[in-house]
Amino acid sequence: MSAAATSLASAHGADDRQTIIGYNEDVVRAFSIATVLWALFGLAVGVWVALLLAFPGMNVGEFLTFGRLRPVHTSGVILGFGGNALLATSLYVVQRTCRTGLWGGPKLASFLFWGYNAFLVAAMVSYPLGLTQSQEYAEPEWFLDIWLTVVWLTYLAIFVGTLAIRREPHIYVANWFFLAFILTVSVLQVVNNAAVPISWTSTKSYSAYSGVQSAMIQWWYGHNMVGFWLTAGFIGMMYYFVPKQADRPIYSYRLSIVHFWALVFLYIWAGPHHLHYTALPDWTQTLGAAFSIMLWMPSWGGMINGIMTLSGAWSKLRTDPILRFLVVAVAFYGMSTFEGPLMALKPVNALSHYTDWTVGHVHSGALGWVALMAFGSLYHMVPKLWSTRLWSIKLVEVHFWLASIGIVLYITSMWVSGITQGLMWKAYDEFGFLQYSFTDSVAMLHPYYVVRALGGMFFLAGGILFAINIFMTIFDAPARRRSDAGLRAQLAPAE
Amino acid sequence: MAEHRYDPVTGQYTTGHSWDGIEELYTPLPRWWVITLVISFIIAIIYAALYPGWPTTRFAFAGLLGWTSAGQLAEEQAEARSEQAHWRNQIAAKSVSEIEQSDELRTFAITGGRALFNQNCAACHGSGAGGQQGQFPSLIDDDWLWGGKIDDVYQTIAHGIRNEDPESRQSEMPAFAEMLSPEEIAAVAEYVATLSDASKADSRKALPGAEVFANNCAGCHGENGEGMREMGAPRLADQIWLYGDGKDAVARQVAHPRMGMMPAWKPRLGDDAVKMLAVYVHSLGGGEK
Repeated sequence: MSAAATSLASAHGADDRQTIIGYNEDVVRAFSIATVLWALFGLAVGVWVALLLAFPGMNVGEFLTFGRLRPVHTSGVILGFGGNALLATSLYVVQRTCRTGLWGGPKLASFLFWGYNAFLVAAMVSYPLGLTQSQEYAEPEWFLDIWLTVVWLTYLAIFVGTLAIRREPHIYVANWFFLAFILTVSVLQVVNNAAVPISWTSTKSYSAYSGVQSAMIQWWYGHNMVGFWLTAGFIGMMYYFVPKQADRPIYSYRLSIVHFWALVFLYIWAGPHHLHYTALPDWTQTLGAAFSIMLWMPSWGGMINGIMTLSGAWSKLRTDPILRFLVVAVAFYGMSTFEGPLMALKPVNALSHYTDWTVGHVHSGALGWVALMAFGSLYHMVPKLWSTRLWSIKLVEVHFWLASIGIVLYITSMWVSGITQGLMWKAYDEFGFLQYSFTDSVAMLHPYYVVRALGGMFFLAGGILFAINIFMTIFDAPARRRSDAGLRAQLAPAE
Repeated sequence: MAEHRYDPVTGQYTTGHSWDGIEELYTPLPRWWVITLVISFIIAIIYAALYPGWPTTRFAFAGLLGWTSAGQLAEEQAEARSEQAHWRNQIAAKSVSEIEQSDELRTFAITGGRALFNQNCAACHGSGAGGQQGQFPSLIDDDWLWGGKIDDVYQTIAHGIRNEDPESRQSEMPAFAEMLSPEEIAAVAEYVATLSDASKADSRKALPGAEVFANNCAGCHGENGEGMREMGAPRLADQIWLYGDGKDAVARQVAHPRMGMMPAWKPRLGDDAVKMLAVYVHSLGGGEK
């Protein structure tokens, strides 16, 4: 896939492209194409594993069963689709808001692209083979972790280096969030993946931590992958693409400072809420919940700044489906970050934990916030990168509705099934005995799992339209530029 | 450079910076946001004061409420136990057959037994207790390997089958592949397959397998295949075949027998639970008297 990425990226070479002198847009183009391909892959595997849950008889063979494919889906969408989208947009935004090219030159940037995507392909191959650390979102084994760490530190160096050589006096808020994301992920990656391989030639390793400490570090990692990878990074994306697409100034500079520092300071402590009612000490669980409560308003600060930036531009939502993607994404962000602290409260968690409610919550953030923000940003960015217009705005409109229907089906089915699960597990009869067996609660799930798979299919169908639109935009770009130039020449007023 | 532009839509000024055409307004923090932020901080601090929180290097402050999760669990379990005490005390004091004779206790035991069965037994015997062909016996018929009376069922659940428990049910069927020729095994299998057919009662005596059966099998399974519950030797003169019916399946079982094992549940669940399970399981097949 990555071979296609570079050939596409270079096919429409510098001859007729209005590239900005000194900016490295080739690497951004490559990451953009990779984003589209990983989106298709990750979403398709997601639909497949959703079908496996509804119809377990569809499992085939030894290597492609649900247990091995589930991390292929999560890594495919979070690291593949989300990761490439973050790399594409952050490198695009940092250059334009610093008015300088990438630090380290094109070779280093090219290493970043190939290094990161080689990691992804290797990870996707390793899970079905059973090579896994069995840590959620940190499945890759030690040898891939070392490789990812090298790649990630390269990313950090390029980003920080570019900030250092910026031609603007101040660093734009989007870059604060991107930097927080890159820096924190570096720390998370190194600490949570500390492991001892059996030998230098073995693929198997053992974690440096054991017992409840291992669980705590894993969920410190897991929660902050959500907090920094899927939140801070995507807020960075929001801070550039929402004002750009709305053509309005950011609502409040002051709010951006306060909510940035509050968010990055508070997020890092909230991980223990994933381990309520476990062997984790009570005081740690309390702190996880307390920090989650405090996290509510800092999260909403980002939502306010995103949505209120539309002041004076609300009417554009009717006519501009790209802006609608971005703004609805921010709305889903607001909803998920209200639901999150709610689920972090112990009484609510006692009902929601280990149920599909958690799965629904994750997907309201992942589909509603992360994916819609990535789609909207690419719809804005790709035409700029290839100096053209989007192939079809109408297709963006259809994509928006397919995605919205998909999200609604997904979230509502998981709410109903999750809450029903929780209630069934806690139901007692008149004598005080458990009313249902676990099997009863599994049998109940089937119709909701069918609806969830259907929601996934809607979302995937939208993703396919997205891919068609992006690739047609790229293929059509040279012809479009020539005809636009001709049009401009005709319309030029006579001097 | 730093020119504070007035934005007529919002009535705010910009900060004066512009990045790639993006400006920022100097709008003050929304008041409701600040108030909610402060309130949420206060709630979080109060919450962490009431519950265990505030760690030091040696210990953590226990919280003003003195709450612990282990304490809450113990409290809820004690409450549940005290609500059931009226029945549980009687279950503990009475034998399983006495429990069955009291309508009130029987209802309680069957309800509790069903919940226990679903959590502990359903994994093998199925949530409807129908068993699994070729694996685990059905409990909803009247065919019992080790006896179907309430005391037999209790004994089987309490101590299990072919396990380490000193009172466990024990028996072993020999592997006849080492003692009989393949022809003899085929013959005896053909003979055994006729045992459940009453119309062949006379004709089967002429089969070559009859003698093999009398010499090797009748000791445990009975002359006419009626089985022997003390040995857990299944009845062969019926239509119930745990490890498959027909000559081939029987021949496999004769040559290399499979025998089920079951854990002893009394050490795991306690005597009361086993009593309730026994009453529940006894009720499933109609209850052998």
